This record gives sequence, C-alpha cells and structure tokens, in this order.
Amino acid sequence: MSAGAALPRRLPPLAGLAALAAVPLVGLGNYHLHLAITILIWGFVYTAWSIMGRFGMVSLGHGAFLGIGAYVTAMLWNAFGLAPWIGIPIALALAVLMAFVIGYPCFRFRIVGHYFALVTLALGEVVRLTIVALRDHTGGSLGMTVEGVAGGTSLLALQFGDRGAFFYLALAVWLGGLWVWRLVDRSMLRYALEAASEDEDAAASIGVDVTRAKLAITMLSAAMTALGGALYAQYQLYINPETVSGIGISLQIVFAVIAGGLYVQAGPTVGAVITLLLAETLRVAVGHDVHGLDGTIYGLLLVLFIIYMPQGVSGFALALWRGLRDGGARRADAGAAAR
Amino acid sequence: MMLEVANLTRRFGGFTAVSRVSFALEEGEILGLIGPNGSGKSTTFNMIAGMLRPTEGSIRFAGEEIGGLKPVEICHRGIGRTFQIPRPFRRLGILENVVTAAYFGQRERVSRARAQAQAEEALALVGLPADPRAEVAGLGAAGLKKLELARALATQPRLLLADESLGGLDESEMDQAADMLGRIRRDKGITIIWVEHIMGVLMRVVDRVIVLDHGEKIAEGTPRAVAEDPKVIEIYLGAERVAFAGDRPA
Repeated sequence: MSAGAALPRRLPPLAGLAALAAVPLVGLGNYHLHLAITILIWGFVYTAWSIMGRFGMVSLGHGAFLGIGAYVTAMLWNAFGLAPWIGIPIALALAVLMAFVIGYPCFRFRIVGHYFALVTLALGEVVRLTIVALRDHTGGSLGMTVEGVAGGTSLLALQFGDRGAFFYLALAVWLGGLWVWRLVDRSMLRYALEAASEDEDAAASIGVDVTRAKLAITMLSAAMTALGGALYAQYQLYINPETVSGIGISLQIVFAVIAGGLYVQAGPTVGAVITLLLAETLRVAVGHDVHGLDGTIYGLLLVLFIIYMPQGVSGFALALWRGLRDGGARRADAGAAAR
Repeated sequence: MMLEVANLTRRFGGFTAVSRVSFALEEGEILGLIGPNGSGKSTTFNMIAGMLRPTEGSIRFAGEEIGGLKPVEICHRGIGRTFQIPRPFRRLGILENVVTAAYFGQRERVSRARAQAQAEEALALVGLPADPRAEVAGLGAAGLKKLELARALATQPRLLLADESLGGLDESEMDQAADMLGRIRRDKGITIIWVEHIMGVLMRVVDRVIVLDHGEKIAEGTPRAVAEDPKVIEIYLGAERVAFAGDRPA
C-alpha cells in the first residue's frame, strides 16, 4: 500500500487524536477534565482485561492486579520514598508473578470457563482481604493517602497538581493500551489463543503450547492492569481496598467491557464512558441515599446486554455500520454465488 | 525404520484396551490399521499421538523413544494427526486454521510469511482454496475432512496419522479421499498410518494392513492376504451374521 492510499485511512484516527490532545486547552473546567482522565484510566484498565477476556479467559478477579499496582506503588513511596518510576516496575513485576502463580496451575490442569472464573474471583478477594489485614501498613479499609509533594507537582514523584498535565499522561498510557491491543490482535499469539479457546486438544495437536500461550496473555494483562492501578493511585492520591481490589471493582471491569464491546479495540473505552456516565447520572439523580442502587442497575444492565447485545455497544455499532456499507455488495455476492 | 511399536499395552483400570501390540513402519509406507469398533485402534493411535500414555511398551520414532510425550512435542517431532470427527477452529478462517498449524507445528521457528506459504501449499494439496476470507462455516463434511488433513500437513510431518478419515463421506468422496492419501505419500514422501473401520476403499491404497481385535493384533500382511485371512473374515463377517440374526426375527 502506498503512502498516498494510507493517508485517507489514517486521517480519522489522527484527527481524533488531535481533538483529544486539545481537550485540556479548551477550558473544559476541572469537573469535565476529571471525567476525561477517569475515562482514560479506566478505559486502559478495561482494555487490559479485554486482551485476555476476548479469548474466553474470563477473569473475575482483575481487582487483584489493580490493587497490587496501586498499593505496592503507593506503599513503596510512602514508606521508603521510592519514586513511582521504580515502584511501578516493582508493582508490575509482582502482578506478573501473581498471574504466573495463579495461571500456571489453572492452565496446566485445564481449569477453564466457570472454574477459571471462580479461581480468579477468589484471587480478587484474597488481595482485598490482605490489604485490609495489613492495616498497619495499608490503612486497612479506611484506605491510604499517597503522600503529596510540596507544590503538588513533581515529575519524579509522578504527581501533577495540574489536571491538564495528568490528562496527557493518562492519554499516553491509554494510547499505549490500544497499541498493545492491536499488536496482540495482529500477532500469531491471537491465532494460538483463538484455537486454544475453542479446542485445546486440537490446538495442541498442531503444536500450540496452550499453557504457554495463555500464561503469556495473562501476564501481559496483569501487568497492564497493575499499571492502571498505579496510575489511578497517582491521580487520586487516595486509594482504598474497595475501589482497587475485591469483587466489586473486578465485576465492574467485566460489566464495562461486555457493555462496551469485548471484541472491538475501542470497546473497553466505550465501556468506560458508559459506566462513568451511569455512575455520574445515578449520583446526581438519586445521590447516595439508596444504598446498593448502582449495583442493582449494573446487574440489570449486564443481563440485558448479554441477552440483547452480546457484542457490546461498539460491536453492535460496528456490525450495523458494516451492514449498511456492505449491504449492497453482499447482496450482489450472494446473487453471484447462487449462480 | 520410521516407526517401531513394541509390546504396546494400555490398560484402563482392569480393562486392557490394547495388549502387547507390535508393528513397524518403513519410510514412505502407507499402513492401514483396521478393526471393528472397540478393537483398540483408536487407543493405539492416541498413544502414538501423545494423547494417552502407554501402560507398557515402547514407541520409537526415527530411532527415538516418544512414548508418553505430550501432543505438542509429538507434533514438533514430525508426527501430524487428524481427528476422527473434524475439529476445526471456527473462530479462525480456513486459511488461518492452516497458517496456525504451519506456524506453531514445526520444531524450528518459521516466519509468518513462510507459514503462510506452507499453509497455501497444504491447502492446494488437499484441494481447498487459499482464500483468506473463506470461513469454516462454508465447508461440508468432505470439506471439513480436507481442512483437517491440510492442518495436519501444514505442520510438515514425516509421519501422518489419519484417524478414520472417511466416516460420513459418500462413495465418490471416499475414492477421492483415498486417492488424496496416495498422492500425499507419492508427492511429499510422507509415511502414513490410516485408521479405518471401513475395509473396502482402504485396501486399494495401503501397502500393508494390520488388523486389531479386542486389543490384540490378529493379522498383518498385504491387503489381499489379510482379506483372505480366516480370522479376519471371522471378525468382520461374524459381526455381520450377528447383525443379520438380529434383523430377522425367526
């Protein structure tokens, strides 16, 4: 393909990127900038989950990796003054190690489907309970505050008093997540995992090392999720066990990705927009008076999505658009095939 | 010797599915492995393919012991297999199914371009189009068997284990499939073990036949000799007589 032909195709994403980069410059105000940053961080986390979730490896415990990313980074900073530039790689390494320790026996002994989901569900809770139990170091269920630097901004501490600056950091990480998603999508690892997700014996018979392929994607997903957790901690400068680990957040990740679209690059980000809008609308409309209402509505919506829109909003929109675009051509094809 | 199987035995609890079966295979040979249902041919096949661990005995491939190795390792050593009921990857396209096999199925790493070329070659050999958009859903029974074969061939095997490849095909499709196995041996020099329970069309293509019954080898020889062996006639015709007796009330 020549550069001339490639340009028009790349134009929409480039224009979109330019528009995103301009977001902090147009004077949105703190509230909307905060929403934008939140969407980018969670969009990244959901993308991280979806790169393994799309192969039928449904983890209900990604809060474990999120929690490790957030707490390890924050604790290293608070306790030892270790900058996130060192703390984050350590947190990522620990998350990857945990993914390996949990993943290897699961994949080696073919724990798939519901059973895999149950193992991960337990994992998410174990990390939450561990954080609560280590209250002398983590602040327990009250959460912990990441110690702020004087003046609020320090590149070394990865803290930015200015929301605009943090927006660019979150944007870069989010774009990195989309790039990894694409890389996996185009890799032979995807073929191996698609094959393994359908029939492990048949995949093994053509030389696919199923355990290794699954471990690779799980460790990648864990590392990305932990990075998302660390980023969240650096942004909020406050974390607690409920928001970054345990069942609640783990299930929210799953809900968001299914609602947004599991098999589309932009799907998890669309999911982040949906969940955030939902949460904000509920907060404004009913406040915190009706306890558990948001969870009930999440659950209800999840059921509706799985039944009526299993490809998620973006998958549905993409299919609709392709249908409109190819409708004429496909009918012509069908006519030719019939002859 | 390409493959030497000696005293191969597999027990499931107290039941002996395969008992002290021995045979050998020359390079470039097509061996038919036949027997009625439950005779132990699939168990034998699965032990060679690495799906089942032998209880006793040895399997030597190209001079090395391979009994008890995992399917991935067996594939990388150069043994390809098909499944009795085709098991395609439906989330991948036809070409992608075969590219995956070429890419992962060989011991030495190959580039994607090379895997692609080998996949196209394998598809051409079985007579399926290498159309990147073609989906598995568009294939009928015969097409699925071909895909199964192409996927095994793409791993560049020296020995091909073809499991009951003709079940579910009509007569002309069976003839075509038999000719195809003959052509694979002739053009690619691949040694083949063909497991079947239909005797007819197999006899035309194979060099040698082994007959299993109740887990034991009861006959071995050229197709003609085996077809005239009283013990073979007994198990095959005996089964038919039982069936006739059941069909006709006295």
